[in-house]
Amino acid sequence: MGFGPHLLLAVLEGLVTSAVLALTALGLSLVFGVMRVVNVAHGELFMLGAVLAWAVATAVGGSPALGFVAALVIAPLIVGAVAALAEQLVLRRVDYDPEATIVATIGLLYILQQLALTFYGADARPVPPPFNIRLALPWFGYSAYKLSIIATSTVLLLLSWLVLTHTRAGLIMRATQYDRETAQAFGIPVGRVYAAVFAIGAMLAAVAAVLIVPISQAHYLMGQDPLLLSFAVVIIGGLGSLRGTVVAALLIGISDGVISMFFSPTLAKLIATLAVAMVLVFRPQGLFGKAAR
Amino acid sequence: MTDRKTISAAGPAPLTRRTALKGMAAAGGLMAAPGFVRYAQAQSSAPIRIGFQCHRTGIGAAYGRWYERTTAAAVKLINEAGGINGRPVEIVIEDDGTDAGRGAEVVAKFANQHKTDIVYGTLFSHVVIGSAPAAGELKIPYYVVSEGYHVASGQLNRWCLQPGITDVRAQVTSMAPWIAANAGKKVTMIYPDYAFGYDHRDYLPPALEKAGAEVVAKIAIPPTESSFTRYFPQIPSSTEVLYHVMVGPAVLTFVKELGEFYGSSGPKLFGFIDSLEAVDINSPGLEYLDGSHFWEGSPRYAQAGDSDAMKAYRAAVGIDDNGASVNDPRDISTAGHMFGCWETLYVIKQAMEASGYRGPEDRAKLVEATEAISTLAEGPEHPQGDKVFDGKIHQVFGHQYISKLEGGRLDVVHKTSIEDSRYEPEADYTAQPF
Repeated sequence: MGFGPHLLLAVLEGLVTSAVLALTALGLSLVFGVMRVVNVAHGELFMLGAVLAWAVATAVGGSPALGFVAALVIAPLIVGAVAALAEQLVLRRVDYDPEATIVATIGLLYILQQLALTFYGADARPVPPPFNIRLALPWFGYSAYKLSIIATSTVLLLLSWLVLTHTRAGLIMRATQYDRETAQAFGIPVGRVYAAVFAIGAMLAAVAAVLIVPISQAHYLMGQDPLLLSFAVVIIGGLGSLRGTVVAALLIGISDGVISMFFSPTLAKLIATLAVAMVLVFRPQGLFGKAAR
Repeated sequence: MTDRKTISAAGPAPLTRRTALKGMAAAGGLMAAPGFVRYAQAQSSAPIRIGFQCHRTGIGAAYGRWYERTTAAAVKLINEAGGINGRPVEIVIEDDGTDAGRGAEVVAKFANQHKTDIVYGTLFSHVVIGSAPAAGELKIPYYVVSEGYHVASGQLNRWCLQPGITDVRAQVTSMAPWIAANAGKKVTMIYPDYAFGYDHRDYLPPALEKAGAEVVAKIAIPPTESSFTRYFPQIPSSTEVLYHVMVGPAVLTFVKELGEFYGSSGPKLFGFIDSLEAVDINSPGLEYLDGSHFWEGSPRYAQAGDSDAMKAYRAAVGIDDNGASVNDPRDISTAGHMFGCWETLYVIKQAMEASGYRGPEDRAKLVEATEAISTLAEGPEHPQGDKVFDGKIHQVFGHQYISKLEGGRLDVVHKTSIEDSRYEPEADYTAQPF
């Protein structure tokens, strides 16, 4: 295979990674931006989305497209409800104290992981993709479904941007993010905003998981990588910045695709980690983040 | 073999609190048991305690589940037939999280806390390699069911034995001639980037060369990888056979992406069933494997010529003709490996009876008695087939099966002889002092 097709394949793979990563990281970024807490269980909410996608698709049966669409709607809703419940039962009780939240969400991580192991089992289970089309390029074949992930993710990201910048709900979220106390003084129900943001963050991860599960199966340990990569994206892009999150996800996803194809996957991970370290040293607020006030 | 890579797919540390609670409960139960004092006085009636290092969680969990069921079935039969030396057998299970560091802790826990007679049952090679030094230091016999070459290579110590399942070197040595003759002469290997994969990388190429074929590329894949398309451009276009062995939950993705990449024009496939153990071969996405060949330690699907012993074994473990649990047709077994648990337990029984094993003071005698075993006849105790045990390298040799995936099931097309799998031993554990 020549250099051109090789690069094309690397970029396509990178874009798929970026698309999923951007959605997952946006959830994490939103939660941190608005609530100023780090949700360590974010990866497990992603895993929960994938596992529920399998459960829903299996329960619905019938054509794969029907099961998939059902999963795409139902799984994020359940994950959002679980997250809202966790927010009410745990995060609110520790008063969103940053350190306590980290410990609490580590606990949540283990609880979700072990529940998945207990009720879902240790197997990796596939969800059939809604359509099975192979695009035969002259040099290699590529899955049309993978391309549709890129499109879906782009639409969802645009939608998130519209909601954040052009709706009342977005305004309330941004106000809470900007200054919690003043927002409260102006009558914004900060508690409810927090619950909603935590749920939305989890739902974004769940949507990303449902999109990825037809190409990489649902498994109870699948939450680790998305969590680490999301942290990398959020640190590089700047916490709470949608634009930064998307740019950083593209950066990490495509460089991961290209470097791991032409050199080695280990080198790709090394470089991503190094980038995180460099950003932390030279621009702690991230590429697009605003310095702490 | 100096590669001692460990994989940390499991991420955070395993459940120490749960195991601690379990340990406390077990200890409490033991103290409260009415028979405790009597057993201490009359050791001859106390159960023989076998510590089972089990992959209950982590990436080996599906194997662990079936190793546990096979072990329970074999122990039930052994106890019904009077136990070992007239004493019942008791299995004590500890989860190692399929983690090398935890594995060593579990071995120490068996020796010091549970006071088991031996340790048994580990599969994943990095756990075996990580746990073996602990077994050597604590002088506790360590019977593994791992199929890695690490035991036979002499890399471990005299306390480590593998009498129930053949090693990778023997497997690839016996199958290389068939691959060269039936699949193709130019082979590209895809293997996991840790000890088990390195056994394939190191021993398949020379065996293929001997058979007139060659390896044109070797592609190592990190065990935590979840996407594979990026590796496929490394497969040379001259490849006639793609040899794939890959343990991890991502195998379905691997096959699906391979199908998307090649369409109908790809190389032939020869794989190790390890990739697909506990996976339904009729899962969506696996269609691309149709018509390809697999190594199987023991056939998953019931075969026309199955012996009565094999039928009895399958019934006792509880698998149907498709190799799935009789209780749940979606719960697919790890039939290619788990027979090793059954056979290892019977070797332990044979060696304990030959050495007149009474307790931990006879552990060295038990190892010597195992080393003295030479042939194992096919039968209820060894349903997978007859075997030859090489006491010097602590490794058993047996038959291998090559099966073709066709019409949604695997059928055996070739059975290798024991002689095909022999190689020049590189070690002599019997020369090591205890």
